[in-house]
Amino acid sequence: MSRLIVNQEAVNALQINELVKLCPFGAIEEKGGKIEVNAACKMCKLCVKKGPAGVMKFVEDEVPTIDKSLWKGVAVYVDHVDGDIHPVTFELIGKAKELAAKVNYPVYAVFVGHNIADKAQELLHYGVDEVFIYDFAELKDFRIEPYTAAMEEFIKKVKPSTLLVGATTIGRSLAPRVAARFKTGLTADCTILDMKDNTDLVQIRPAFGGNIMAQIINPDHRPQLATVRYKIMNAPERLPERKGKITPCSMNTDTLHSAITVLQVTKKEVEASISDAEVIVAVGRGIKSEKDVAMIKELAELLGAQVAATRPLIEAGWADAKRQIGLSGRTVKPKLIITCGISGAVQFTAGMNQADRIVAINQDPRAAIFNVAHYGIVGDIYEVIPHLINNLKEKH
Amino acid sequence: MEILVCVKQVPETSKVEVDPVTGVLKRDGVDSKMNPYDLYALETALRIKEEVGGTVKVISMGPPQAAEVIKEAYMMGADAGVLLSDRKFAGSDVLATAYTLSQGVRKMGNIDLILCGKQTTDGDTAQVGPEMAEYLAMPHIANVIKIEKIKDASLIVEMDMPHMVEVAEIQCPCLLTVEKDIYQPRLPSYKKKLSTKDWDISMFSLHDFADQNEKNYGLNGSPTQVERIFPPAVNIDKEIWTGAGVELADKLTSKLKELKFV
Ligand SMILES: Cc1cc2nc3c(=O)[nH]c(=O)nc-3n(C[C@H](O)[C@H](O)[C@H](O)COP(=O)(O)OP(=O)(O)OC[C@H]3O[C@@H](n4cnc5c(N)ncnc54)[C@H](O)[C@@H]3O)c2cc1C
Ligand SMILES: Nc1ncnc2c1ncn2[C@@H]1O[C@H](COP(=O)(O)O)[C@@H](O)[C@H]1O
Repeated sequence: MSRLIVNQEAVNALQINELVKLCPFGAIEEKGGKIEVNAACKMCKLCVKKGPAGVMKFVEDEVPTIDKSLWKGVAVYVDHVDGDIHPVTFELIGKAKELAAKVNYPVYAVFVGHNIADKAQELLHYGVDEVFIYDFAELKDFRIEPYTAAMEEFIKKVKPSTLLVGATTIGRSLAPRVAARFKTGLTADCTILDMKDNTDLVQIRPAFGGNIMAQIINPDHRPQLATVRYKIMNAPERLPERKGKITPCSMNTDTLHSAITVLQVTKKEVEASISDAEVIVAVGRGIKSEKDVAMIKELAELLGAQVAATRPLIEAGWADAKRQIGLSGRTVKPKLIITCGISGAVQFTAGMNQADRIVAINQDPRAAIFNVAHYGIVGDIYEVIPHLINNLKEKH
Repeated sequence: MEILVCVKQVPETSKVEVDPVTGVLKRDGVDSKMNPYDLYALETALRIKEEVGGTVKVISMGPPQAAEVIKEAYMMGADAGVLLSDRKFAGSDVLATAYTLSQGVRKMGNIDLILCGKQTTDGDTAQVGPEMAEYLAMPHIANVIKIEKIKDASLIVEMDMPHMVEVAEIQCPCLLTVEKDIYQPRLPSYKKKLSTKDWDISMFSLHDFADQNEKNYGLNGSPTQVERIFPPAVNIDKEIWTGAGVELADKLTSKLKELKFV
């Protein structure tokens, strides 16, 4: 058990005032000359580290340690609809191989569905050691209870140390359900993953709603779960030969019942998506009005590019939600991206910093976008872009 | 239908920065508001109530100030609200948050439908809803884009999937997380603001719950730990160009030619 303890005797009015100001969450209050910590406390321990000495104390009791050696391997959930494997799966297998190599673990894939045995062969081209298949009629469509039950079976049987899940609509529904069943941690939308020697998974993602990255660990629980978005990791080369083996698994099908009946499945119309674009022109709050989006569209057309935008523009209704790049939008990996009037908040850059070439136009030389750009253009988009459009028109 | 909506109070802006030297969080006294995605969940609940009758309750976990978002829900048409607030909940990660909310729900008696927003703008995990459903042993469907039909003891909904849209029937009690734009949220009404200003907000703390083991809440009930925070990486292989607009445009044109994009 860990707690914050206030040494009320050692504190004077000046120090109380200092602490109240210090707390970034407004969790420290003064009540009748005493310090009170309210429910806004995030246990960041800033008051302990930076506050007046000896006033705030953080006490931690021994946490029961688990035997990590009982849990082995890095597993990847095979994301699919009707056996059509989502490419994020191969990207995660690539990452799983890297992580597993550090601690000499096998790499597993777990494939849950119906009539999928032949589709599983494909996974062996990517260097998975073993594919576990749960193939039952009840698992034909994605329904949360039977899929969770199959994952529970897998985890109990194989005891993987780490389980990686693609942050698709399916993965974002399934991973938390599985994590809660095992009362273990789950970190959403990791952008960097690493493995410690002691098999703790290092999970890094933008956090606290600010321009900050957080490194998160799950040291006292197994399995460790993380979701990763499509196009964040790199897929390994597909090998011509197959390696590894396929293990069909049995289970008690009584646990596969569901309160959900799937009535109809329709394919969405495929539209040109920014995720697949080779060239992107992205626009942010640097544009002053909705009509100026036309200028950006013209530039995009001349470059054969797709237009994308930051979240504030989506919220203002100036662009369609499908065009949002970033943590709560889409991840893009184009050959070229030109950002126009974008500040470069980490929630935005998390969705585009894997692009081959990044050009940023921003009039503020201190803008964070210049930290990720290859070509940083310090200038006014209203001056640079019209000239650029003229130049490109002359070329045509 | 007895409907419960989960709403969270979030900071108005993302004005949080980390001091690169000290590694300390700098958070200005920013204003708070209801998580915008939760407005869609609340609107969905109100529409269902308008169609088939019942009540709409809201639940929130947070500091005492979070009572504001419950008042906001009253102004939109919610009938009752509960705030889960206790210092012992501090430092909760997704698992502890979902567990605390599930304990709160269990205190509330009969609920047919729980609605959550798709995600929060500060935590941004989209995980609290599904984890809560697991703790309450309810089926759930995430990313609901449409409520097609409300039956006596079930709902027919459309859910958004990678490349597919699925129509499914789900038995109550159940939990749904709804997509942005499912319905346009109504504005809080001034009339409601006046008529609900003295309404009660039930407050629950740890000792109101069935499970009073402190180890299951807050920091202690959170398996994930933030090991460190740091500013994002800086790309060192870069060029910075300054000058007049025309110059910059010309330079960029040549660069785009050199890289064979024109
Ligand atoms: C949990 C969470 C998730 C988020 N997810 C996303 C996400 O997915 N995607 C996303 O984009 N954001 C996201 N955000 C928001 C993000 O933090 C930023 O607020 C947002 O990206 C800023 O958008 P912007 O750069 O367009 O606007 P601003 O930050 O306002 O930047 C505008 C920039 O334009 C420059 N500028 C102004 N005028 C001109 C001009 N004439 N010429 C050149 N430059 C000019 C300014 O110098 C400034 O740098 C998220 C935030 C949170 C808390
Ligand atoms: N502290 C909270 N109190 C009430 N509801 C919450 C809380 N945190 C999350 N939720 C609900 O869970 C949804 C997803 O949140 P998150 O997992 O943080 O993205 C939100 O849209 C809310 O409906």
